[in-house]
Amino acid sequence: MTAGSEIRTISPGFGARVGDSLKRFFDSDVFYSFKRSPVTIIAFLVTVLLILGAALAPWIAPHNTNDVASLNLMDAFRPPVWESGGEPNFLLGTDDQGRGVLSSIMFGMQLSLLVGFASVLLAAAVGTILGLLSGYVGGRVDSVIMRIADVQLTFPAILIALLIDGIVGSLLPRAMHEEVKIYVLIVAIAASQWVNFARTVRGSTLVEKNKEYVQAARVIGVRPIAIMWRHVLPNVMGPVLVIATLSLALAILTEATLSFLGVGVPVTRPSLGTLIRIGNDFLFSGEWWMTIFPGLALVILVLSVNLLGDWLRDALNPKLR
Amino acid sequence: MFAFIVQRLFQAIFVMLAVALVSFTLFQFVGDPINNMMGQDATEEQREALRERLGLNDPVPVQFLRFVGNTVQGEFGLSYRVGKPVSELIAERLPATLELVAVSAVLALVVGVPMGIYTGLKRYSVVSRLFLTVSLVGISLPTFLIGILLILIFGVWLGWLPTFGRGGTVDLGLWQTSFLTLQGWSHLILPSITLALFQLTLIMRLVRAEMLEVLRTDYIKFARARGLRNRAINYGHALKNTLVPVITIMGLQIGSLLAFSIITETVFQWPGMGLLILQGIQFVDIPVMSSYLVLVALFFVIINLTVDLLYYAVDPRLRIERGPAGH
Amino acid sequence: MRLRIGVAAAIAAVAAMAMTPHSDARAEKVFRYATTGDILGLDPHSNNEGPTNTMKGNIYGKMLHRLPDLSLEPDLAVSWEVIDPNRWRFKLREGVTFHNGNPFTADDVVYSFKRQTQETSDMAFALATVADVEKVDEYTVDLITKGPDPILLLNMPNFYIMDKEWTEENNAFEVVRGAGKTNYPNVNANGTGPFMVEEWVQDNRVVLVPFDGYHSNDKIMSNFDKAVFTPIGNDATRVAALLSGEIDLMYPVPLQDIKRLESDPNTQALEGPELRTIFLGYDQYRDELLDMPGSGKNPFKDPRVRQAFHQAIDIEAIKRVVMRGASTPTGLMVAPGINGFMEDMNDRQPYDPDNAKALLAEAGYPDGFPVTFDCPNDRYVNDEAICTAVVPMLERIGIDVTLNAQTKSLHFNKIGKAEDNNTSFFMLGWTPGSYDSLNPLMQLMTLGKPGHGDWNSGRYTNPRVEELTEEIKTELDPEKRAALIREAFQIHKDDFGHLPLHQQALAWGVRSDTVEEVVQRPFNDVDLRYVKLK
Repeated sequence: MTAGSEIRTISPGFGARVGDSLKRFFDSDVFYSFKRSPVTIIAFLVTVLLILGAALAPWIAPHNTNDVASLNLMDAFRPPVWESGGEPNFLLGTDDQGRGVLSSIMFGMQLSLLVGFASVLLAAAVGTILGLLSGYVGGRVDSVIMRIADVQLTFPAILIALLIDGIVGSLLPRAMHEEVKIYVLIVAIAASQWVNFARTVRGSTLVEKNKEYVQAARVIGVRPIAIMWRHVLPNVMGPVLVIATLSLALAILTEATLSFLGVGVPVTRPSLGTLIRIGNDFLFSGEWWMTIFPGLALVILVLSVNLLGDWLRDALNPKLR
Repeated sequence: MFAFIVQRLFQAIFVMLAVALVSFTLFQFVGDPINNMMGQDATEEQREALRERLGLNDPVPVQFLRFVGNTVQGEFGLSYRVGKPVSELIAERLPATLELVAVSAVLALVVGVPMGIYTGLKRYSVVSRLFLTVSLVGISLPTFLIGILLILIFGVWLGWLPTFGRGGTVDLGLWQTSFLTLQGWSHLILPSITLALFQLTLIMRLVRAEMLEVLRTDYIKFARARGLRNRAINYGHALKNTLVPVITIMGLQIGSLLAFSIITETVFQWPGMGLLILQGIQFVDIPVMSSYLVLVALFFVIINLTVDLLYYAVDPRLRIERGPAGH
Repeated sequence: MRLRIGVAAAIAAVAAMAMTPHSDARAEKVFRYATTGDILGLDPHSNNEGPTNTMKGNIYGKMLHRLPDLSLEPDLAVSWEVIDPNRWRFKLREGVTFHNGNPFTADDVVYSFKRQTQETSDMAFALATVADVEKVDEYTVDLITKGPDPILLLNMPNFYIMDKEWTEENNAFEVVRGAGKTNYPNVNANGTGPFMVEEWVQDNRVVLVPFDGYHSNDKIMSNFDKAVFTPIGNDATRVAALLSGEIDLMYPVPLQDIKRLESDPNTQALEGPELRTIFLGYDQYRDELLDMPGSGKNPFKDPRVRQAFHQAIDIEAIKRVVMRGASTPTGLMVAPGINGFMEDMNDRQPYDPDNAKALLAEAGYPDGFPVTFDCPNDRYVNDEAICTAVVPMLERIGIDVTLNAQTKSLHFNKIGKAEDNNTSFFMLGWTPGSYDSLNPLMQLMTLGKPGHGDWNSGRYTNPRVEELTEEIKTELDPEKRAALIREAFQIHKDDFGHLPLHQQALAWGVRSDTVEEVVQRPFNDVDLRYVKLK
């Protein structure tokens, strides 16, 4: 059986699995534990608020910072409204191009969330599946996957992004470059992260597979895929969730670093990370609002996602309840 | 065991070749070194001649084979940027990065593991929550911003610590070390904190997660039932069992410390490999980039081999022959 | 056992450190300065790059020396005369020695000429018009030019003299680039200049000490015992290093931090105009714009469209906001101080978006057109921010701009000949290495002969400008030559051949508690001759 066909046969099970979890979630202890934890409720509300704010940016943001023609350089460097020189039109001040900081945070968050979530999901899915296979099947499959991981780890995300960007650039017509840039980023960031998942899952799988319950299942003739899916996977999800929530922050920050090196999103449509990167240059000169507000938004986002992740990890783990 | 190592060595060679091949494909997309090597006043003929002399007009496979041939003979070529042998540059830079990475890794472990144990054992204490939350703030800001903030606070406002470079190093022949002078250590503090922050958070959270899992397992319950003291249970049994994922991650993280050091070294002007490769990328210094990548590949191969061997040492159950299980 | 030796060595090393404290710096005067990047090498003939050239100038003697006000003074050549239009006779300075003690003679000039004009030498351009150098006697040489050369002297500060004996001893005649063996003079130096290299640790520091035997030590104002040059790439780190007092001078200061340095009692910012002109260019060559495949049209072929772009850009807003006042808007492709600059021609077309729109409509593009704007993001002062600011200005006259800001390696590759000028609209900056207008005319504004138009990425051309440029090359009468340059610039201006933006300002940060005086020259580098410590 090839690795590819195994992945395919696994796929339908995943939906059922998620369905299971959701069902368990609503009628069970999980929901109860949610209700009992005020921190989790706050984190949940904040996350929802941020996601809504980002998603609805085109309708509720005070300015459309993506509409480049509306920007006026004369509005640049305005401090927040409560400082002298501030203007009610720009609650959190403006940046060096005259974009309202509040509006650009909302639009930037949209982009960052998209890049962050998409790349982490991609990396987690690929990494977990390969890690499971590698750890459980072992032998040659393990060697091949882990050696690919070695090769992969060697290349900094910057170089991967340049590579994918270059290939895309030479394959696609000029007009499409800007549209695909974001996918280039997602794939590049995911490519630089899947190994973390794969190696961790593999490590845990190696431990799990020798435990009594797995050996028992094997003895009674449960198919390997079923064992991996039903028994091993749930037990390696803890570390995966930890890495996934942390990777979200990392993905958003990687995107900022990449844009710094010229392979990120276009500066005319800044992401949260790009805003921080631009504002970073103005830290010494007193225009603190250009960094601090986007930075704060990112901290709050990462914090609440991780708190949710912590709770979810504990709550979904039957042994911890 | 011996067969395992031999097998891994063969795989290592394969990995290095693959890295070299991918690198050479990559270089086609990084830009043309000629514009960086020649000033604005050079003629088109001069540029073309240089391109020819560097072999950049050759097909990629030819360039690749030439590189492999030279590397096997230990010949890494001359840096396009500074005209020095790459091997010399790397020998100059490697100690700086390794020392920085080592200090960061130790810092992350020494602080991260105890914090992880603590937050795992005292799940609901205020201090635990504080650790978890504050450590998140630390990683949700970009490395460059954290570095600059540290420089601003400790270098400029307080004036306690130096802002850039390695400062006083002692020459031990082949190795320039920061470890032997106070000044050297003072230069290490800010960059190593910046670099360790992410790893520290990751390790802490991972150890905590594992501790929580392990503490609920049957054998810990048995141990409790047997009346073993908490201390013995927590450290003798529980902690030991959390180590497999921690070792995995640490092995990985030493690698990503190398990668992360690119940004940290840039912010602190730390004269290490990260700075070398970043300038290499910006200048399209192909000999530097390819040698760096092959060297890093070598690192990963060694680290992963060590990690696999450590698994065997830490967890006896893994010594069972790892045959294809499902076939 | 081995471990023990290691430990013993370590203890010995610590003891040694304790006995000879590292910071004996207070006893001697040390000048520490920093800029963005390290030098590329010490070989005077190898590279042609800003910081590298300045470092070479500290170490190596040249035929003539360029003073801070850009005028020329004798260095190794003390006097000269034109003995026929193609033959210049230079009298050399006597009694000069190189850092290693070797005497300087005419042989060194002849040898250096041969070395510098090799194909691999990036400095060959400075002697491109010289056919040969002949030794007349020990202290006299003749430079034979290929034709009458009005700007020969302007290139003499770029003619670096090496010691023939030393170079030959080290078997280093060949200028090596990137392949083959290491070039000895690239990591070692032996010049006649006022400073000697004590140490160069790549990307870390270059340490220089004064050369006691320098022939004009009485003419330079430097008084330090040692100068340490450190590259610090990150802007904020560089500012921090100055604020914390770890360095005495650094450049460039990010424009937004000038105020910060001014407000600190121990630091100040030195500002002055730079010679580099930043401009935009349009593709006037292709029949079809890259961004409008299938249309068969290239709007930039119409001068009205080029004028529309020119008038759509609010250069004063860019100056005030993006450049924080630290720029000089320009209407010409050369800066004040460049031979051929004319103040009365330096005006721009007024900012007038309405007229720009009307011009576009007249040209047949009432709804604008799409164009990709290629821009570097790590080359010029605030390059990316300038480009970002230009985008909305053009959007307002209906142009659909896609900004493509990338690193200089990728940018110059794309707009240059390597990718066959793969651009429709781009940013570029230019400083004529000879400080004469002929250089931008050849490189940016003509296509004609070989050696022309290497960076004319939009391929602007006008037959009359091509003709004039040929005349300017050989016209020896300064007044007639100035008139020719004026005519060429006027045509280029009327054609809207490029869109000149501004000259960026120099901004240096200086510790006022350690530095007594430093002279800023209109190019962005520090000549150690003009640094005086307290």
